[in-house]
Amino acid sequence: MAPPAQAQRSSSPSQPSGKGEVADVKSQLRNLAGSRAPGVDDSKRELFKKVISYMTIGIDVSSVFGEMVMCSATSDIVLKKMCYLYVGNYAKVNPDLALLTINFLQRDCKDEDPMIRGLALRSLCSLRVTNLVEYLVGPLGAGLKDNNSYVRMIAVMGVLKLYHISASTCVDADFPTTLKHLLLNDRDTQVVANCLSALQEIWSLGGSASEEVSREREILLSKPVIYYLLNRIREFSEWAQCLVLELVAKYVPADPNEIFDVMNLLEDRLQHANGAVVLATAKVFLQLTLSMTDVHQQVYERIKAPLLTLVSSGSPEQSYAVLSHLHLLVMRAPFIFSSDYKHFYCQYNEPSYVKKLKLEMLTAVANESNTYEIVTELCEYAANVDIPIARESIRAVGKIALQQYDVNAIVDRLLQFLEMEKDYVTAEALVLVKDLLRKYPQWSQDCIAVVGNISSKNVQEPKAKAALIWMLGEYSHEMHDAPYILEGLIENWEDEHSAEVRLHLLTAVMKCFFKRAPETQKSLGAALAAGLADFHQDVHDRALFYYRLLQYNISVAERVVNPPKQAVSVFADTQSSEIKDRIFDEFNSLSVVYQKPSYMFTYKEHRGPFEFSDEIGNLSIGTESTDTVVPNRVEANDKDLLLSTSEKEETRGLNNSSSAYSAPSYDASSLSVPTSQLSELAISNPSVSGNVPQPSFAIDDLLGLGLPTAPAPAPSPPPLKLNPKAVLDPTTFQQKWRQLPISLSQEYSINPQGVAALTTPQALLRHMQGQSIHCIASGGQSPNFKFFFFAQKAEESSTFLVECIVNTSSAKAQIKIKADDQNATQPFSSVFQSALSKFGMP
Amino acid sequence: MISQFFILSQRGDNIVFRDYRGEVPKGSAEIFFRKVKFWKDDGDGDAPPVFNVDGVNYFHVKDAGLLFVATTRVNLSPSLVLELLRRISRVVKDYLGVLSEESLRKNFVLVYELLDQIIDFGYVQTTSTELLKSYVFNEPVVVDPTQFLPLGSAGIFTAKRMPVTTIAKSVVANERGGRKREEIFVDIIEKMSVTFNSSGYILTSEIDGTIQLKSYLTGNPEIRLALNEEVSIGRGGGSAYDYGLGTGAVILDDCNFHESVHLDSFDVDRTLSLVPTDGEFPVMNYRITQEFKPPFRINSLIEEAGPLKAGVIIKVRADFPSSIIADKILVQIPLPPYTTRVSFELEPGAVGNTTDFKEANKRVEWGLKKIVGGSEHTLHAKLTFSQESHGNITKEAGPVSMTFTIPMFNSSRLQVKYLHITKKSKSYNPYRWVRYVTHSNSYVARL
Repeated sequence: MAPPAQAQRSSSPSQPSGKGEVADVKSQLRNLAGSRAPGVDDSKRELFKKVISYMTIGIDVSSVFGEMVMCSATSDIVLKKMCYLYVGNYAKVNPDLALLTINFLQRDCKDEDPMIRGLALRSLCSLRVTNLVEYLVGPLGAGLKDNNSYVRMIAVMGVLKLYHISASTCVDADFPTTLKHLLLNDRDTQVVANCLSALQEIWSLGGSASEEVSREREILLSKPVIYYLLNRIREFSEWAQCLVLELVAKYVPADPNEIFDVMNLLEDRLQHANGAVVLATAKVFLQLTLSMTDVHQQVYERIKAPLLTLVSSGSPEQSYAVLSHLHLLVMRAPFIFSSDYKHFYCQYNEPSYVKKLKLEMLTAVANESNTYEIVTELCEYAANVDIPIARESIRAVGKIALQQYDVNAIVDRLLQFLEMEKDYVTAEALVLVKDLLRKYPQWSQDCIAVVGNISSKNVQEPKAKAALIWMLGEYSHEMHDAPYILEGLIENWEDEHSAEVRLHLLTAVMKCFFKRAPETQKSLGAALAAGLADFHQDVHDRALFYYRLLQYNISVAERVVNPPKQAVSVFADTQSSEIKDRIFDEFNSLSVVYQKPSYMFTYKEHRGPFEFSDEIGNLSIGTESTDTVVPNRVEANDKDLLLSTSEKEETRGLNNSSSAYSAPSYDASSLSVPTSQLSELAISNPSVSGNVPQPSFAIDDLLGLGLPTAPAPAPSPPPLKLNPKAVLDPTTFQQKWRQLPISLSQEYSINPQGVAALTTPQALLRHMQGQSIHCIASGGQSPNFKFFFFAQKAEESSTFLVECIVNTSSAKAQIKIKADDQNATQPFSSVFQSALSKFGMP
Repeated sequence: MISQFFILSQRGDNIVFRDYRGEVPKGSAEIFFRKVKFWKDDGDGDAPPVFNVDGVNYFHVKDAGLLFVATTRVNLSPSLVLELLRRISRVVKDYLGVLSEESLRKNFVLVYELLDQIIDFGYVQTTSTELLKSYVFNEPVVVDPTQFLPLGSAGIFTAKRMPVTTIAKSVVANERGGRKREEIFVDIIEKMSVTFNSSGYILTSEIDGTIQLKSYLTGNPEIRLALNEEVSIGRGGGSAYDYGLGTGAVILDDCNFHESVHLDSFDVDRTLSLVPTDGEFPVMNYRITQEFKPPFRINSLIEEAGPLKAGVIIKVRADFPSSIIADKILVQIPLPPYTTRVSFELEPGAVGNTTDFKEANKRVEWGLKKIVGGSEHTLHAKLTFSQESHGNITKEAGPVSMTFTIPMFNSSRLQVKYLHITKKSKSYNPYRWVRYVTHSNSYVARL
């Protein structure tokens, strides 16, 4: 029987394994298993509780699986539920024993009580054991038809679980079709909501069948479905409303009236107490009005008050999530919030992550009318006991100074900081004064007078020290003792740990030398000598360079080292507008909180293997990838290229989960193809794709299909002239694609030669490029390929966007064209068709 | 969708741990707890409610010293997850009566029952305390609630004094004797933020209010809540300022409502009608920036008094009727970092005062048990410094901040005129409690 508890106990004293206790429980469970004594259920309850609590704190109790199952033959529902919980947790590691549970779970699935049916079905689907899926199909099918909505609700999620364990079983049983039916017909809104979740996840997992999937997605985003859901939105639970709203944000209405209808319908959702509902509604409003500038602005005005209310009503965590979104909006349209600046004042008891956001918002909304008050407020924070926030506040004042035209008052404040004699305040202020002088050289006299009084000994932070030294060099003609301060600093060269400071010191002493040679010559010599002996490569090189320059010609040296400077008008932004737009596209997601687009924080290994759509954002594209293309890896899951980015997030997550459940072969393949990350992407970069991807040629030749090595010249020039060097970045493409309506949708036939030539998508890309139609993304696998093309008119920057789905077995191409200039759609369509028809022709 | 949900104790132990999708590796709870614990040490203040470690996103909210955490790999809506976590903590509280580590440990199986229904495969199913009732079979083990004081103290009730325990009861537990007591609580809770500048002028002021409902009525009767008719919403038109003061108008900048609230007659007679579900929930949240009379005036002064010495005077005046008593008052002021010693001098006859100098963060804390309306209190403190202060001493100390609770008081003048419950029978007369309370949020006076 069970080994003595003592022998098993605590092999490592630091971490009690709990083995002794588990063995104890095991034997007790055994004793109870067959017992029918009165009160046995109570003893079982206590034991089960113990098992669950071990499970919770992470002790492995999988060894009592058999005993738990034996004890589960009971009518006590509390016991049953604990047993379900246990079984769901350990079935995966005990696939053989899991078989034991099938019997009683299946029986419970037919129980009279709908709750028991539901619970049993949920547990059955949660076993996650591949070789048991055959047992799921029957109960699931029955569950989906159950007359109790609780059971149906669970069955729908069960379908999704089954899909993760075995997609083919799920599809063979035709469950997705059933879900589609329930989505539009079930009376219970939670069943409908679960169908929506499940279908979205299933379709985003459905890797290769991308054509079918994208059609399904289109149906989901079609007017009847969207309207059906919208009209019932109040019946949904608040969480399900979020789900529906997320979907609606991707819907492209046909005309402005429709946009206003949707917005009017959802207007009252902005008064909801649940922040998630309000933000999801705000997203719908923002997305729908992207192309209507003035309405878009009104939306900002409209959502402002509800968001501010949420910020102040919820818990700190909830208000942080909303505040992050408000921050994003403020950054995009500061003028709309300029009179609300008081809302962004920091409260003393707020956590620093909130204060940081608020400081940035205050900086952004500062304008002529409110700057004085904002800066006064910020100066209060500068004396704050919270040092990081005090620093941020000073930086904020500096930033405001740099973005204002009238800086008089602010300069005074900054200079007051320098007189506060707090080390960190001085340090931050010095850096700011330096930047200020680079933009407003006219302030030099006032600033220099104050800076000159600062003892360099009180400045220790490298950044501040470097700033001070820069000013000493730059204004050495105005600061009386500049040469002597520099001299003192050079004497302490050895003690200066920061290379940045030493570099600045070299340059400053040079500048000083040009202006006040007699006083500086000695220091310059000392600095150059010290620099030459410096162990830091950059410092050494700069010293050597200066030395040789001076040897060559002093006036040339002055022109190089201290040329007249132009004032900086605008300091470079740290984040590109492209990234900002991407974050905005991902409104109401973590991207906003992290202030990063999702591709920066969602790791590749957890994404699906064929995800490329987010790469399109950072352009890891084109020539370098094409020469490593392995044809069967070119399976880019392009279906979601054009969906709004937030949906892609879902996709990615779903793909993650697929990788969590799928066989190891997956990882193996990605390991065996070292370049897989590149070859996932079959994206051709129009601007650099001049050179031809060789490997796919080689494959074509092996197959003996004979492919033209150069695009065939067009026999008759088309009436519409296209720009052969058209450029479009993927983000713009995605945005345009979402905003523009479809101007033409058509199906063409492809000639047999074309079909034969289309062994890889690359062949067609090259061909089309020869016709000035550029590919921005492509993917798919025989027989289905999908391409996104674009073209521009030769004379003007009017763009055409094309989605082209080719099915090689039916030799058909489905084309959707969107155009800036709707009138030019027809001519373009014929150009496109003629280009396509020539594909494969010698 | 959510991958895992867990509740951690203050020390980082798992009290409840549920993995819904098996896609986040084991040990996530430890990773999370270490990260939160050491965030501060890295000089970045508190850990934000959302962060990412190795591709896993961690969401957390703090309640009653417990950490409610969710993980996911997907780019979810942070609002959705944080709202959900908050809601889960509320549902748990509804069922356990009291939210604490002890009550959770005693009832973890019940919490698992709840979690099983709230989330399925990472997707939210329902968070309605009422709907969940039919799926919960464990009886809550009620932890002695007397040690947990609910909002305000018993002193806040005027008409009938009510035992504190009633509010801390579970929605499923029965009273002794097996009968449920029919009662309903309406709380008007206002959080107040005021900033005074050095000359006592109000720089910013805001009231964030909530009308919270907690119903123990059986049979879900419809109720109607009437607010005073002076309430108006929106500061549009620019005229708001003109009749804001004096006329008695209560102008809400903005407000939002619970799902179940019908606003059909709100525009006409300021009445909210709803069928309250079980459990506690906010009926309405509102925000007011209209000027109001702050309940406390603070005057403070810091002055050098010779080399290495300074004096601080803080005066607090209660600007509300003498029938009202504020409690749990704490006044704090940070002092220059080179302060080494502080001696205090209170007014003669002061009772219930505590004074303390917190050496570690150089802060004076002055606690007062209660302040009666109309009264004034003064604290004198003498400081000793270890070094000469250079420059402006007022820039090195302050601001004065104050925390307090004032039962039976709200500055906004928003009122619940009546609470009408649709009667099932003549004898049906449930207990109704309407309570007001004002809490300080950020109450600051600059030096």
